[in-house]
Amino acid sequence: MAELERHHYDVVVIGAGGAGLRAAIEAQASGARVAVVCKSLLGKAHTVMAEGGIAAAMANVYPEDNWQVHFRDTMRGGKMLNHWRMAQLHAQEAPDRVRELEDWGALFDRTPAGLISQRDFGGHRYARLAHVGDRTGLELIRTLQQRVVALGIDVFMECTVTRLMTGPDGITGAFGYWRESGRFISWQAPSVVLATGGIGKSYKVTSNSWEYTGDGHSLALQAGATLVNMEFVQFHPTGMVWPPSVRGILVTESVRGDGGVLKNSEGTRFMFDYIPEYFRKETADTIEEADRWYDDKRNNRRPPELLPRDEVARAINSEVKAGRGTEHGGVYLDIASRRSKEYILKRLPSMYHQFMELAEVDITAEPMEVGPTCHYVMGGVEVDPDTAAAKIPGLYAAGEVAGGMHGSNRLGGNSLSDLLVFGRRAGASAAAYAQAHPVTAAQLDDDAVAEAGKAALAPFEREGGENPYTIQHDLQQTMNDLVGIIRTEPEMREALDRIEELKKRVANLSVEGHRQYNPGWHLALDLPHMLKVSECIAKAALERQESRGGHTRDDFPGPTPEWGALNVICSEHDGSISLLRQPLPQMPEDLATLFEETPA
Amino acid sequence: MTTTVPAPAGTGAPGRATIAARTLRTDRWWVQPAITVGVLVAFIVYSTIRAFENANYYVEPYISPFYSPCITTACQGDTFPKLFSGPSFLTPALYILIVPLGFRLTCYYYRKAYYRSFWLSPPACAVAEPRAGYSGETRFPLVFQNVHRYFFLLGLVFNAILTYDAVLSFRDHEGRWGHMGLGTLVLLANATLLWLYSLSCHSCRHIVGGRLNNFSRHPMRYRFWTLVSKLNARHMQFAWVSLFGVALTDLYVRLLATGTITDLRFF
Amino acid sequence: MTYDAKLRVWRGDADGGELRDFTVEANDGEVVLDVIHRLQATQAGDLAVRWNCKAGKCGSCSAEINGRPRLMCLTRMSTFAEDDVITVTPMRTFPVIRDLVTDVSYNYEKAAQIPAFTPQPRDADGNHRMQQVDVERPQEFRKCIECFLCQDVCHVVRDHEDNKKVFAGPRFLMRLAELDMHPLDNLDRRKVSQENFGVGMCNITKCCSEVCPEGIHITDNAIIPLKERVVDRKYDPITWLGAKIGRRPHS
Ligand SMILES: Cc1cc2nc3c(=O)[nH]c(=O)nc-3n(C[C@H](O)[C@H](O)[C@H](O)COP(=O)(O)OP(=O)(O)OC[C@H]3O[C@@H](n4cnc5c(N)ncnc54)[C@H](O)[C@@H]3O)c2cc1C
Ligand code: SF4
Ligand code: SF4
Ligand code: FES
Ligand code: FES
Repeated sequence: MAELERHHYDVVVIGAGGAGLRAAIEAQASGARVAVVCKSLLGKAHTVMAEGGIAAAMANVYPEDNWQVHFRDTMRGGKMLNHWRMAQLHAQEAPDRVRELEDWGALFDRTPAGLISQRDFGGHRYARLAHVGDRTGLELIRTLQQRVVALGIDVFMECTVTRLMTGPDGITGAFGYWRESGRFISWQAPSVVLATGGIGKSYKVTSNSWEYTGDGHSLALQAGATLVNMEFVQFHPTGMVWPPSVRGILVTESVRGDGGVLKNSEGTRFMFDYIPEYFRKETADTIEEADRWYDDKRNNRRPPELLPRDEVARAINSEVKAGRGTEHGGVYLDIASRRSKEYILKRLPSMYHQFMELAEVDITAEPMEVGPTCHYVMGGVEVDPDTAAAKIPGLYAAGEVAGGMHGSNRLGGNSLSDLLVFGRRAGASAAAYAQAHPVTAAQLDDDAVAEAGKAALAPFEREGGENPYTIQHDLQQTMNDLVGIIRTEPEMREALDRIEELKKRVANLSVEGHRQYNPGWHLALDLPHMLKVSECIAKAALERQESRGGHTRDDFPGPTPEWGALNVICSEHDGSISLLRQPLPQMPEDLATLFEETPA
Repeated sequence: MTTTVPAPAGTGAPGRATIAARTLRTDRWWVQPAITVGVLVAFIVYSTIRAFENANYYVEPYISPFYSPCITTACQGDTFPKLFSGPSFLTPALYILIVPLGFRLTCYYYRKAYYRSFWLSPPACAVAEPRAGYSGETRFPLVFQNVHRYFFLLGLVFNAILTYDAVLSFRDHEGRWGHMGLGTLVLLANATLLWLYSLSCHSCRHIVGGRLNNFSRHPMRYRFWTLVSKLNARHMQFAWVSLFGVALTDLYVRLLATGTITDLRFF
Repeated sequence: MTYDAKLRVWRGDADGGELRDFTVEANDGEVVLDVIHRLQATQAGDLAVRWNCKAGKCGSCSAEINGRPRLMCLTRMSTFAEDDVITVTPMRTFPVIRDLVTDVSYNYEKAAQIPAFTPQPRDADGNHRMQQVDVERPQEFRKCIECFLCQDVCHVVRDHEDNKKVFAGPRFLMRLAELDMHPLDNLDRRKVSQENFGVGMCNITKCCSEVCPEGIHITDNAIIPLKERVVDRKYDPITWLGAKIGRRPHS
């Protein structure tokens, strides 16, 4: 290809969210030449939208807090399906990763002693989330972005990777196109770090943006790596439900952490009716105790509104199904009647702004209407906990695209810390691998590059085919209706049939216009990723015959011990997805004892 | 209204979206600058006339703010020590007006107001300005805007004097203390507005605490800074109201001096 | 409630383009971005537009609506009458790439030139200590979502292409102010603010503050204080002298 732009790097990081940027910083610090590639402009990745905070047992507010407690909360929140080693590293290293951000200019809210302040969140025993109002993700990404710029790391913005390049010894680089011009570009590199985030755009009601088309998951499969536990998709309990155009946009959990409560159309705080056995010991069972907790956390148990997200999302779902929903099919989230206007404005400024601008609702005066929204995928690329290495030599994954860390359900705040901890580890290992396998050895296969270019241009060759927007819409509807919060076997089988249909339609779609900044074409190239990932989710969900965390089966209610010891692994062979049941790694004795007081 | 000015230097520069209109705004964006021009011109005309009138600025116990401090021997007022006598063609006002004039001319708010309305730089947001070149406040003479803080400090002295004038107006026309009239209130109000205007000044905000980076180590200055910041948010309002205040106070004194009205005495 | 909205959208690229009229369905509660997306999905599949969050958090969907720089995702259709023609153009200060998408690299270049954060060492226990009152002022500036609407509206560069060389624009003057006010930062950025980033070019006409979707008081809280700090350093002999003889540390 004459028009191909070629680059050579030691490490190519795909993704410029928290994980990607942290990986790039570390790789550069380890002496590697690094490129960062991202689909949007620098600083616009999903991480920017995170609101609540970064979970880290810094013990600035509760001296009792330590990594063991955080580890325990994380494992219990994930219903013990987390990779124990990832959860351990995460809990141990998160505090240092947060402190480091201050060396790079971050300005967190402070405690009276001048330390980083920490706030309450669902599933965390102590107030643990380092935050800046309700725009923590913005602070995180801006800090890392400014660090990356200061270090002079090369960033390829608005550039989409469509293929990973592999040779007999593993990764050789990546191939993609500039969104702006449509021109092709390749990077020859012995190490690639995937940090592409999630998959939420396959669902109709989602808090995720157009970027979340599961590219990294799909690229990893295509390169020969494996995915773990794709059936676990987190539905955040509180997304906006009205007006329709903003349906799904997130309402941060901090609203509940800061005193907001859920009520149904009858005005009942219904969460008291949904406290599962598993969390009964640590959850308040009267309104009085729950209300006292905000001021005295030592002597009272947490309000049920702050149960892990899967519990709350299912409860809301049930209330609405039982006819106790609001006018627009949600429930009420009320902070107005419980906290002063000043308090709300200080603690939740962007929520106030968001509801004012988008729904004309003043959250200091009226309750919000909320309902579940597709938010996060727990499943992802199967990696080695210490090095973040995927199953293919030279391939690493960190952040939302990696799997294992969060088990069957992620606790709020544990993602931002995950990005930092494993982003750093991935960057360091990728740099070390590149040192041992210099870039000159990793030759790009010219035929494969040419093939990738041809595949990318195919939608222009066809004429009179279907419009990619319609296909995307049909996929989103399918996943929402058939592989949503509550799942059944017949529905999932139907979903898989429809996905097969959609695959055929994608193979025949066509796009209008030319290659320069053409969103229709971009979507056409994202669709195969979305379909592949959706297929993995549906297949894995069909496979797992139990309910656990972010996976609820109507036909198999409740968890089973057998499935509690198994991961579901997806891999791709000749274009089709196959599944494997794989035993969970064994947690060592000393960690297992942490759970003895409350057997899982 | 959307006249096309060929402005290759600006929105017509090569590479930018080719849109001929100078602005696509559909609201009446020119109203605001037009009002500003109207009001400022009216004030300038009035104050110039008054500064050269050289009469009707003092009537026991009130003095017009245009003529205070009353520093020349030719000045009628008794509120300030007479320092010198200048040539008779210079009115007492002309010596002192430089201070309030300089203060307001270099004021960050007035700068905004006249750059927009007189200089049309820009006339309104997203409306192209007519001139091709622009160097902001980087060169002579506009670089002198940076002396604003000195005018601020001088302005404080003037405020003290005008406050003193207001205190002196608690006398009757024979100089006996303990009396008060409507004019006293007018002078008091004028002085108060001037204080509010000065204390809400951006330079003031900087001096009292803005230049610090660690407020927590200077709790007193932080308190001042917080207070001035609150006032500062309304600096624009104070700028206008105090401007009207000065003009109306002067007018009141003039009307008394010319005998058009008589002062309402309270006691 | 559904109606047919009248849109006039600029379509074209660096070689030229024009405003084109479209009629697109609009529903209750929608914002301009929704309608632009519907236009894209139904009539103009290749219409170029940037967006990410649809909630005013990422600063991607900047454009000019009826001549005013705005975020499309925060401009409600209900602010217009049903028979209004809504004109949507790309930002007019930056080179256009295609349709509503502009080349904003000017901003990234300026960002890269700013001297980086230079922190004090940590306390002995590994923490940095700062009080809430000390972080609040720079925190306001860190709300910036880098939509670059302020850069777009600022007449210094909007109306004078040449000035892009010498003027960093309100977003980055604010960044300089943020760093200069940062309780942990050790670098003096006053001189470069004037000499390399052109704070003197700003004539404080406040259009940046008017358009900022985050409601940051860019002019009052960042640029004017920065100007005052520059005066301390460059134009005020007394303060300068005070600093020289150590009476007024820059702290
Ligand atoms: C509204 C919202 C609120 C949240 N709040 C919190 C919270 O309070 N606390 C918390 O811990 N977590 C929160 N989360 C979750 C958390 O923000 C995300 O999981 C996390 O930011 C993901 O980061 P990442 O680095 O993995 O990916 P992202 O930040 O999403 O970055 C992905 C990057 O990959 C790039 N990319 C993707 N595909 C390609 C490709 N093919 N080629 C090139 N580049 C590509 C994208 O352009 C992007 O730069 C929230 C999420 C949302 C949506
Ligand atoms: S106040 Fe200054 S920086 Fe802001 S728009 Fe006006 S000239 Fe530009
Ligand atoms: S300061 Fe405001 S207008 Fe400027 S880029 Fe930041 S958010 Fe946008
Ligand atoms: S008087 Fe207006 S800013 Fe100083
Ligand atoms: S889409 Fe993110 S700000 Fe509009």
